[in-house]
Amino acid sequence: MRIRASVRDGVTEAKVLMQHPMETGLRKDESGALVPAWFITEVTATHQERVVLRAQFGTSISANPYLAFHFHGGKPGDRIVVSWVDTKGDRRSDEATIA
Amino acid sequence: MLAATACAAFATHADAADSALDARFRQMLLDDFRARGVAGMDRLDQDDVQKLCTDTRDRPRGAAVQALLKHQQELIRWPEDGRFLGDWRAGEKLAQEGRGMTWADRPGGPTGGSCYGCHRISPAEISFGTIGPSLLHLGRDRGSSPQMQRYVYGHIYNAKAYNLCSYMPRFGTSGALTEQQIKDLVALLLDTDSPVNRP
Amino acid sequence: MRRAFLHAVGIVLAVILAKPAGAGGDEDVQDTSAGIERYRQMLGEANPAELDEARGEQIWKTAAGPAQATLERCDLGLGPGVVKGAYAQLPRLFADTARVQDLESRLITCMMKLQGIAQADIVAKPFSTSTVRSDIEALVAYVTAQSRGMPMHVPLDEPQERQAYSLGERLFFYRAGPYDFSCASCHSQDGRRIRLQELPNLTTKAGARHAYTTWPAYRVSQGLFRSFQWRLNDCFRQQRFPEPVYGSDATIALTLFIAANANGAIYNGPGIKR
Repeated sequence: MRIRASVRDGVTEAKVLMQHPMETGLRKDESGALVPAWFITEVTATHQERVVLRAQFGTSISANPYLAFHFHGGKPGDRIVVSWVDTKGDRRSDEATIA
Repeated sequence: MLAATACAAFATHADAADSALDARFRQMLLDDFRARGVAGMDRLDQDDVQKLCTDTRDRPRGAAVQALLKHQQELIRWPEDGRFLGDWRAGEKLAQEGRGMTWADRPGGPTGGSCYGCHRISPAEISFGTIGPSLLHLGRDRGSSPQMQRYVYGHIYNAKAYNLCSYMPRFGTSGALTEQQIKDLVALLLDTDSPVNRP
Repeated sequence: MRRAFLHAVGIVLAVILAKPAGAGGDEDVQDTSAGIERYRQMLGEANPAELDEARGEQIWKTAAGPAQATLERCDLGLGPGVVKGAYAQLPRLFADTARVQDLESRLITCMMKLQGIAQADIVAKPFSTSTVRSDIEALVAYVTAQSRGMPMHVPLDEPQERQAYSLGERLFFYRAGPYDFSCASCHSQDGRRIRLQELPNLTTKAGARHAYTTWPAYRVSQGLFRSFQWRLNDCFRQQRFPEPVYGSDATIALTLFIAANANGAIYNGPGIKR
């Protein structure tokens, strides 16, 4: 994941680019076979261990999802952690500091 | 005299350089392309029209043009029943269909005219190209007389018979579209019931 | 997937434009193009090409092949290992291979010479599919990103470079195949598009500059990063030509023709495309 966060006037803007094929389970591959569903189901973002965003992703989210969000508070140097879980039970977590 | 000799010498040198480049170019085509699927290497052989249009950057001039236009006209196979209007609904599907004749298409697979790639046609379709002129309201504006039907049929069959270096493919002579398919496209453009011509 | 994408764009446009639908004239067409451009700007910082850049950098620095070497001594024209600014001066003549080479063929050279990987293995499947990722395409993302913000300056000093330009120009105008297409059929006029895809006029400086500086790019409709060799390959496919050999002189000559026409432009890639 690429995470960028910056704060202005007491509001932090975080932008996250996730790498994930986000297969809906409805797509057919080159040979005509259905590609099994495989997508992120839940995204959680924390600021200094406080949950600031919880999202439920599904089949309507595109591959390599991009998520931008804002929250009150935060100052340069603070830690932001973004985690996701997918339909296979795989997890990923990345962190960044607010610029 | 000296100038003429110098000119001749320069011309010879330029010709030599050109023909060396020609040879290099031809060899490059042979070495750097390969047949795949239905796309064979014979596709890189140019016919007389392709050659003239390439050499003149699609701006041909002179007597050769008339002769070639005449020859291209002779290549058109007109329908034996003398009828040109097919089914416009089938025509719309053909106009939307962009597949056919690439190395990724299986032989006998769906083949269309890909008409919307270059033309505006039906009012409802906003995803149209602008390489060719708009055909919206064609029948309404230019009429649907037998002469007009014949013209449109001929144009789809072999656009080069009307405009030698046209960017439009020769759908009939290349075998991309059948007689019935071309008739369906004529109907799309000229039938009074076609959405192309409805108010 | 492409239809779904276009449908989604349609919805976004409907929201942005909030105009009554109807069979309008050119204004509808302009609004559509402007809407798509605005959508692209909105995606500006969300370019998944960054993920390929990161992967490419990792591959560049990872030992591989029988020689178990990294690519960190690869010479892209500015000296061994110099990546910054390298893309902006490609394609160009290389003394060690005595060939004019683009980025992709140069990466093949380095993978062969430094890492000992067989050419056949590298070019067997050079383009990513949804299930198999191409290493070369990731490396392209990494290297091109290192030229971001720099002016294009493809050299035409050597006779071989000038000859490549002439050969590329000839190929650009070569009409052939059952559809009589050349590159020029689509790319030699201003203001044209195929369906809703605008077509740059590659015979003019302005057109070449705009087009060449936005490739390679992440192709949203495919969910994959695409290189310039891929772009040429898919063009020839749609032209109904036989397939160009990956990294061949013909593809390099054509690339050089377009890149040299783009000289002076600031390189903006990797880009993002429909």
